[in-house]
Amino acid sequence: MLNMTALALAKAIRAKKLSVTEAVAEYIKQIEQTNPHLNTFLTVSKDTALARAQTIQAQIAAGEITSPLAGVPIALKDNISTLGIRTTCAAKMLENYVPVYNATVVDRLEQAGMIVIGKLNMDEFAMGGSSETGAYGTVRNPWDTERVAGGSSGGSAAAVAAGEVPLALGSDTGGSIRQPCAFCGVTGIKPTYGAVSRYGLVAYASSLDQVGSIGRTIDDCAAVLSLIAGPDDNDSTCVISKTFTFDTPLLERLAGFRIGLPRNYFAGGINADVAQAVLAAAKELAAAGAQVEEFDMPLMDYMVPAYYIIACAEASSNLSRYDGLKYGYRSPAAETLAEVYRLSRSEGFGLEVKRRIMLGSFVLSSGYYDAYYKKALQTRTLIKQAYDRLFERFDMILSPVAPTTAYKLGENVDDPLKMYMGDIYTVSVNLAGLPAVALPCGFDRQNLPIGFQLIGAAFSESKLVSAARTYQHRTSFHLQQPGGAWV
Amino acid sequence: MGYPEYQVIIGLEIHAELATESKVFCSCPTTFGAAPNTQVCPICLALPGALPVLNEKAVELAVKAGLALGCEIPPFSRFDRKHYFYPDLPKAFQTSQLDHPLCRSGIVEFRVDDQTYQVRINRVHLEEEAGKSVHSGERLQGSHYSLMDLNRGGLPLIEIVTEPDLRSGEQAKAFLERLRTILRYIEVSDCKMQEGSLRCDANVNLSINDNGKNVRTSIVEIKNLNSFRAVERAINYEAQRQYEDYLDGNMSLNAGKITAGWSDAEGRTYVQRQKEQADDYFYFPDPDLVPIEISAEQVESWRSQLPELPAEREARFVTQYGLSAYDAGVLTAAKGIADFYETVVENFDGDPKIVANWVMGEVLRMLKDAGDEAEQALAEAPLKPHMLAELLQLLQSGAINGNQAKEVFAEMWTSGKDAAVVVKERGFEQISDTAAIAELVNAVIAANPKVIADIQGGKTSAMGFLVGQVMKKTAGKANPKLVNQLIREQLNIT
Ligand SMILES: [Zn+2]
Repeated sequence: MLNMTALALAKAIRAKKLSVTEAVAEYIKQIEQTNPHLNTFLTVSKDTALARAQTIQAQIAAGEITSPLAGVPIALKDNISTLGIRTTCAAKMLENYVPVYNATVVDRLEQAGMIVIGKLNMDEFAMGGSSETGAYGTVRNPWDTERVAGGSSGGSAAAVAAGEVPLALGSDTGGSIRQPCAFCGVTGIKPTYGAVSRYGLVAYASSLDQVGSIGRTIDDCAAVLSLIAGPDDNDSTCVISKTFTFDTPLLERLAGFRIGLPRNYFAGGINADVAQAVLAAAKELAAAGAQVEEFDMPLMDYMVPAYYIIACAEASSNLSRYDGLKYGYRSPAAETLAEVYRLSRSEGFGLEVKRRIMLGSFVLSSGYYDAYYKKALQTRTLIKQAYDRLFERFDMILSPVAPTTAYKLGENVDDPLKMYMGDIYTVSVNLAGLPAVALPCGFDRQNLPIGFQLIGAAFSESKLVSAARTYQHRTSFHLQQPGGAWV
Repeated sequence: MGYPEYQVIIGLEIHAELATESKVFCSCPTTFGAAPNTQVCPICLALPGALPVLNEKAVELAVKAGLALGCEIPPFSRFDRKHYFYPDLPKAFQTSQLDHPLCRSGIVEFRVDDQTYQVRINRVHLEEEAGKSVHSGERLQGSHYSLMDLNRGGLPLIEIVTEPDLRSGEQAKAFLERLRTILRYIEVSDCKMQEGSLRCDANVNLSINDNGKNVRTSIVEIKNLNSFRAVERAINYEAQRQYEDYLDGNMSLNAGKITAGWSDAEGRTYVQRQKEQADDYFYFPDPDLVPIEISAEQVESWRSQLPELPAEREARFVTQYGLSAYDAGVLTAAKGIADFYETVVENFDGDPKIVANWVMGEVLRMLKDAGDEAEQALAEAPLKPHMLAELLQLLQSGAINGNQAKEVFAEMWTSGKDAAVVVKERGFEQISDTAAIAELVNAVIAANPKVIADIQGGKTSAMGFLVGQVMKKTAGKANPKLVNQLIREQLNIT
């Protein structure tokens, strides 16, 4: 059962070959076995999930829920607000924070009969690319537990890869869904900014954050996206009513698909195995009938700096609400109001979070705003315009997700700049608010997964999913499963 | 050598809470006086993951305020985050507007005595209110504990910033009163200074001509003035203090802004802190809110919904009802009172000036203690405008006299009884029944042959005696005019 896709599992449930309770219990059993090795889950909501399983089973039997994923368990990155279930953002600051409301995406999943079985580990407040910065330990990569799972949605990708859950939600601010998918050999969708409500997603960088799905196959991911996408009265930036049509038939041929390949992404710091596998994916799509054409991606040197300035600026603002007064960590040593702020924040936040808050405060401070923040906004506009022009020529752009495969635990922890440069292929997508899918496309010589991404124009998810589906129909990288002592 | 001449330079920053039913970025109610922390939600508590959604009614009211203050409404506006840590601000930033306020460049006229002045409005922007702190001591510093009520947090506020066009405490007070009248007229804010829904900060400094050299004292910002009188007193005190300190050589010049408080009890300002440099609030555009775009059609539609503004109404009262400028000013100072006046006039067949005298005299006397609540007290008073019109009609017809009318009015004000009913109950109604009076006249004539003879002999002054006799028999209720007329008819005197 743990090898089934989510859609197949739902089908088996509908066909009464399997009960919802059996499915939930089986996955929870797997989590209990493997989580001590992988550290993917921060909270397993076993009791509520099992109780809900019975309710959902009855509703499915009564024909009250007809969604294609009814009865399927799902786990959520721990920065998604869940009513009554602890939501920590992997931060000491929110160690005992139990929300009083559900994120919009959680309500939508539950309305469709999906069952939340737990909350997944991540980088603290989604700041990081390795899921090592959280307060509750490092997520380990199921393909090699001495290596990182990527981040910040490392728990989400690793849990799916390890078969602990058929589907997960992550969030992607600068690559946080796509990069761990690539590192763990699973599939993910980072939707267009504004396609999915952010209400209840604990903010890192508001103008970049987007919730997306992680699964074994593109069809599973698309099925989740269909459930969670759509306008929300509670999110002013999620208002456009675009319905995605993912239920189109499989395209045997990608005739008429124009794919751009950024030549300069394959020069310089990219690992040779990664470059080779990604170029092979481009060849595969060409073989399927797509027209692949090389081009030079402009502004490459400005993407990472612009991203970090904007993301840190917004983060410094968004995280100022953690003041030790209303909820979350308060320093026991604090005696005055100033100490409550200073000590609670000094003790409650981890190093990477503090680094980004300080960076963000610096670029927003008067005297530096114009030189940094304003320049970054201008750069962002230029990047958007560059993509606009590219999408006049191409339907999508094929690119690596990360320059390397999963690296050793601790390898980049002390070198933030090196870590930040790992985001080179992903951040411009968020700056431009575009959708992208990440797909497995091979393994390096150490048998670590390699991923590539397809980037489309805003709200072109349907087309991206079509191309991804054809790719996965022709390849089997996404069906490979990790093994190791933890299994 | 005389003292150097100086001019006081004053600019005001006024905060007014908007009269919306829900808060500016969430749907919590805005009712005043609810139990602490009962009107809150994930958004106004700043729970992780919650997002603001702009209340469009707040934008409408803010723009209407701008229009009534003569402002331009730019087509593009947006919100910025203003960061500072304080327990009454759960997000640790206030969602406000920096570079793109909703309204810009207005102008307001006001009067002090007979002189008209103008104040330019720099901007009107929309922002959110902070929560309310309740300290165990005087203030946060030194308190054993402080409690926070976030019911108020997230109420919509407009900040109105004037140019430094005011020159005295009296002017500042008069301007502020005019501003309040306007905001209440257009029903965007109830402007109750005691409840804090209207607050004022005053920036005060001096321009001194010292032997031909122009010197400017540092700007002192007096915070949180919460009555019109406090605004006037604080400014006048501060101006005098700066002047005296200048003469003593103690006044700092052209330094950063100085923040001061005002003690109403001591009647003095006290400096709270001197800012080395402008505070850094790390402003940046709020990424959770989309820019506000307001079309010219929308602006015109809102403009057309504005009621007649106080200045226009005052002018109309002068021309339409023949009132003096002073009376028109008093009657239009509050919309509810002007409305009341006009309804009485509509229902009264007589001179509108009579109505003006009654409203300014009797009605306003009744409202004297209501202060900010005068309009509400008037709306809730049992005496309705058409009833006052009926009373004045009785007075005008001679059915009752002036003193009686005042007595009847007082009774009507509290009981809500109709004028005719009170007049009857009090026995004020004059006997105007000709037959009844004629009978009494005949009896008096029959009983006083000597007086009749005198009158017929030419001593007409004795008529008064006869009238007095008739009045006596009716306990003063007979209509004296009618009595006089009937006696003359009986005695054939023309
Ligand atoms: Zn609220």
